[in-house]
Amino acid sequence: MYILVVGGGKVGYYLTKTLVNEGYEVLLIERNSAKVDTFSDRLGTVVLRGDGAEAATLEQAGAARADVVIATTGQDEDNLVICQVAKKKFNVRHAIARVNNPKNEEIFKRLGIDTTVSVTNLILSYIEQSLPDRELMHLLTLSHADLAIVEARVTERSPYVGQALSDIALPPDVAVSAVIRGEELLIPGPETRLQPGDDVVALTHRASEDELRAALSR
Amino acid sequence: MRAVILGCGRVGSTLARSLDAAGHDVTVIDRNKLQFERLGDEYAGRTVVGTGLDEDVLLQAGIESADVFIAVTNGDNTSIMASQIAREVFGVSHVITRIYDPVRERLYNSLGLDTLCSTTIMADLIEKKIGTARS
Repeated sequence: MYILVVGGGKVGYYLTKTLVNEGYEVLLIERNSAKVDTFSDRLGTVVLRGDGAEAATLEQAGAARADVVIATTGQDEDNLVICQVAKKKFNVRHAIARVNNPKNEEIFKRLGIDTTVSVTNLILSYIEQSLPDRELMHLLTLSHADLAIVEARVTERSPYVGQALSDIALPPDVAVSAVIRGEELLIPGPETRLQPGDDVVALTHRASEDELRAALSR
Repeated sequence: MRAVILGCGRVGSTLARSLDAAGHDVTVIDRNKLQFERLGDEYAGRTVVGTGLDEDVLLQAGIESADVFIAVTNGDNTSIMASQIAREVFGVSHVITRIYDPVRERLYNSLGLDTLCSTTIMADLIEKKIGTARS
């Protein structure tokens, strides 16, 4: 697999170094010639000087046979253009963009860059999953269908307590998949009644997540 | 006509003054508010300080009701990204993008942006003046 990394900041440098150590064929593209010299001393001949948003540089880098292009610069506009030029001009199948402003993740998707990495959002989701007293834990996002698998603990104040699942008016597009009571796993049926302290695992549309959280854990 | 111009450099400010003088509704966006000094005292349009890559800044500039969006920043990639946001996110019907790099200009032109490459335009004009232009 041939991987092109564009942008020799900390992310680009350590990514290249790691990929080289793992045995991939990698080329790092960096504009600043002083950085290129330093990186070449440390990493060997896997660094090319040039502007990764310029077709001439990508051509020289052999972008046409690259399997993946990863744009890691600190400028979102540069990362967007690098990925678009790689995809549209060189038909690179996978283009991954680092997104510095989390607001741009959605915009990149609309502009055809489907794989984005936002450090801000990564840290945010890590915080959300690690906070012990958070009522609704986000277990997995199924991005294509806009679905998520979530876990929530039923509190005493929840209006669902004591009710059979069949009687509960769940928010739209929510399927309760499992109820964990103490050590026991219950596969829920219409007659299952929720108790305070139950952990409910549900598949939900992202739009219903907040409503579900409010109902289970108020 | 309602125009939003991104970039208040020589081209952006000249265009803004001209459109404003002709009675159009003009808003200019630039990251650096000192650039607005180029607009002069006569200019009666609006100015917004900020980056054209931020949806909130674009909204503040009235992009939702703009007839035309013109990106003339000094960075090709900024102009390209802002133009795509104007077109794809806000649905501005007429978006014009100035791109310095001829290769990038051809690519984005083929992808449907209405682009102008000041580099090739200038080179062509010079060739015409010195009589070496191939028609």
